[in-house]
Amino acid sequence: MSEPFLIGDAMTGGYGKGPDILHECTIAVNPGEIAVIVGPNGAGKSTAMKAVFGMLNVRSGAVRLGGEDITALSPQDRVIKGMGFVPQTSNIFTSMTVEENLEMGAFIRTDDFSDTMEQVYHLFPILKEKRNQAAGELSGGQRQQVAVGRALMTKPKVLMLDEPTAGVSPIVMDELFDRIIEVSRTGLPILMVEQNAKQALEIADKGYVLVQGRNAYSGTGQELLADPEVRKSFLGG
Amino acid sequence: MDVLNALVALSNFVLIPGIAYGSQLALGALGVTLIYGILRFSNFAHGDTMAFGTMVTILFTWWFQSMGISAGPLPTALLALPIGIVATMGLVVVTDRAVYRFYRAQKAKPVIFVMASLGVMFMINGLVRFIIGPGDQRFADGERFIIKARTFKQMTGLDEGLAIKTSQGITVVTAIIVVALLFWFLNKTRTGKSMRAYSDNEDLALLSGINPERVVTITWLIVAALATIAGTLYGLDKSFKPFTYFQLLLPIFAAAIVGGLGSPLGAIAGGFVIAMSEVTVTYAWKKVAGYLLPESLAPDGLAQLLSTDYKFAVSFAILVVVLLFKPTGIFKGKAV
Amino acid sequence: MSETVKHTLLFVAVGVLLLLEGTTTGLGIFSGSWNSALTILNMGLISAIMALGVNLQWGFAGLFNVGIMGFTALGGLAVVLTAMPATPGAWSAGGGRILLALVLGALTIAAAIMAYRKLAAGLTRVLGMIVLLVVGFFLFRVVLDPGVDAVESINPALAGNIGGLGLPVLLAWPVGGLLAAGAAWVIGKTALGLRSDYLAIATLGIAEIILSVLKNEDWLSRGVKNVVGLPRPLPYEVDLQNDPGFVASAANWGFDPTTASTLYVKLGYALLFTAVLLVLLWMAQMALKSPWGRMMRAIRDNEIAARAMGKDVTRRHLQIFILGSAICGIAGAMMTTLDSQLTPGTYNPLRFTFLIWVMVIVGGSGNNFGAVLGGILVWFLWIKVEPLGIMLIELATSGMAEDSWPRGHLLESAAHMRLFTMGLILLLMLRFNPRGLIPEK
Repeated sequence: MSEPFLIGDAMTGGYGKGPDILHECTIAVNPGEIAVIVGPNGAGKSTAMKAVFGMLNVRSGAVRLGGEDITALSPQDRVIKGMGFVPQTSNIFTSMTVEENLEMGAFIRTDDFSDTMEQVYHLFPILKEKRNQAAGELSGGQRQQVAVGRALMTKPKVLMLDEPTAGVSPIVMDELFDRIIEVSRTGLPILMVEQNAKQALEIADKGYVLVQGRNAYSGTGQELLADPEVRKSFLGG
Repeated sequence: MDVLNALVALSNFVLIPGIAYGSQLALGALGVTLIYGILRFSNFAHGDTMAFGTMVTILFTWWFQSMGISAGPLPTALLALPIGIVATMGLVVVTDRAVYRFYRAQKAKPVIFVMASLGVMFMINGLVRFIIGPGDQRFADGERFIIKARTFKQMTGLDEGLAIKTSQGITVVTAIIVVALLFWFLNKTRTGKSMRAYSDNEDLALLSGINPERVVTITWLIVAALATIAGTLYGLDKSFKPFTYFQLLLPIFAAAIVGGLGSPLGAIAGGFVIAMSEVTVTYAWKKVAGYLLPESLAPDGLAQLLSTDYKFAVSFAILVVVLLFKPTGIFKGKAV
Repeated sequence: MSETVKHTLLFVAVGVLLLLEGTTTGLGIFSGSWNSALTILNMGLISAIMALGVNLQWGFAGLFNVGIMGFTALGGLAVVLTAMPATPGAWSAGGGRILLALVLGALTIAAAIMAYRKLAAGLTRVLGMIVLLVVGFFLFRVVLDPGVDAVESINPALAGNIGGLGLPVLLAWPVGGLLAAGAAWVIGKTALGLRSDYLAIATLGIAEIILSVLKNEDWLSRGVKNVVGLPRPLPYEVDLQNDPGFVASAANWGFDPTTASTLYVKLGYALLFTAVLLVLLWMAQMALKSPWGRMMRAIRDNEIAARAMGKDVTRRHLQIFILGSAICGIAGAMMTTLDSQLTPGTYNPLRFTFLIWVMVIVGGSGNNFGAVLGGILVWFLWIKVEPLGIMLIELATSGMAEDSWPRGHLLESAAHMRLFTMGLILLLMLRFNPRGLIPEK
């Protein structure tokens, strides 16, 4: 099997000089795929994603993007390398309009980004409607769309979402997942941390179940959903 | 006729001085609020930065005057103003590199920044007194009035005169131009938007590839321009004295907080709220009341609510009310 | 070298500086006069007490008070109100009216607060409060103004103020503390619990207002006309010089009566101030070590955790803010006693607020001994930076003609270099030794 497009390979590490939170944890995603990280509270799901994005010390193991070792790069440099990241909270500029949020997403680009913006508006029609409204005035689901749209504006080679459905209603969650599938159909690899394991695994091409910072199970979404062990321990039977 | 006279007296003694003073405070408060929004601390050196910029402007004004260069009816200081701005820009950028950058890298608490700004305040204050001395300096020249009280009386046949000083006219015109430019910059340009983004959400701005050092430097440059313009206009309108500029800190801070720290629109609104209250409360209303009220009701005294010496008390009282009832200010600033 | 030895040596060094000031005229900056050494020491002791108060607020609780000048000035006012004899006729002329007006004013504010608490939120409440305050204000002025006029017209050249209670002057020191505590309570109630910057700005404001009251309310403090001839706790020099016993013992020590009497008085003050300083220092040390002090520092280090543990952070902050301000008030009263006059025109925030901050930062915030050391040392520097600056400028401009313009201008302006130097010292300490000369343990 060839090397995946983005891989966090056997990562071990923690925040600052603190204890290790991740142990030999491996996470990977390929173009056209949605990879989902699930697991119980405190399993290190978000931490694993932050490790891939360079927000904590990886003491052993490596992160590679398109075959290039980027373990030593800062998050900002990884953005320039083509990683789009949507944090879980404060992921929009609340006092700025929707359109300005998208413009800021494209800040590092020097070329004309109007067609990317059209694509984002095509993907999230509601944003086009509200583009001159302050992003902070939007509903929870719409804010998440702004956040994803902002990350898409850099034309990333991979999109990483940290619990995109945290705190939104089930209906909005379904809609958000539909949008994420649509984004994925454009060929963009998506790596996502999710609290709602069942729904997330349903749309996942690849699933990672973490327990205490280690890979406990991995496989396709369907495999994991079918696995009786996984069902029993994490999906509530 | 009496009503007109009352209106003219009101404009002459309250509205026009209030608007001019309000514009000066608004420009000062804009500087404080921008620093707060981007660097996240209350800059106690702002009054002295204003004094420094004004001082450079004054020195060049004198030099121009000695060389016979003048701006005709306008004050020569306007010609020297750009030099003052550039010098102040140099000063604040040097201070930022030498003092504040270190604490930014440390991610120090805001109160440490405030403390450092105290040190900077001391140094600039000493520097200004060292160069120009602690005394009063006048540097206004050109036409003194746009409309003289006597001309106005002759024109209208009213008993009350209306005088508009050139400095007041220039203050208001300049303030409008500067504020329009600033808002255009913040809302329409890429750099301006990146400043707003940085002020709104620092982490996300970093993720979007916005360079914080660049944002900070540009902020300082803008603040230097605002401070110098505010200081020079105030000096033209009243007079220049280093200590007065230090004391302007209080009304300027009050204006910024009343408007909502970090909100540029709020700073302007706050400036006018403070200035108008200060002028209204310390104005002797006897004259206006004399025109409006029947003779029997006219006040015996000056009908002055507070003596002018208590103008700081007005800023302070408003500040206290805002802190008690609406700590985020009129325009929902960032801080609580 | 152990910490204790090092810190003791620092104090010894300050002592040596003062000794040099008293004994030698060498090095260009020392004056070689015991008189001057004692003057510096006395103000240094007072500064140390102020620094102790500020350290209580900043070092223990992280509260940022930039209104020290105001609290100091209130202390000064306390001396006038406590120790001066009442101006004859002032009370019967207008004192009662003024008192009544002040009570009315207080009642108005109390009524407004009542209205705020009792009425439901809404337009009625806002209007009600405004009407109450406006009516109250006019009543206040109507009652107050004639009283003020009456008092101020009594012998305006010498008095024109209400005078005081004629009590012993030492009593004014605690009274100064009480006045400052009262002002601190008002400020604390308003601004504590908000961002630290807000407390700073609010204290800056109250200091300016206290000062403008002192400058303008002639009936209270004679304003810029100053109150002179305040009673003092020690004998007057003239009386000592006329006392044959004193002259004889002075001669024994080898002093002429004039010098001896000045030194005697200054030494007396130094002893008094040292006693106050030691008592306050002891109390501050006890407080620091007590459970209360530990809690304060815990709050300072992690306010959120302390709140989560159920500590009423704002209330604790209010306590320590009042205590610290009260100490500044005591120091202010002591200073006015030392000067034997209240001169509202000379209070300046750069000297009375920000300089104290330099003392605290240089000495070591969070350490009471550090504050004391910083107080005396920085005061010494404050006095000596000026001659030092003049010396340097003379050296630098020695090539120029005696009467050349730049030389004259520089020498004239040298005095302003002390602000610059103090700012530089503050910034350097903050950057390279932020814990100060005697750091917190």
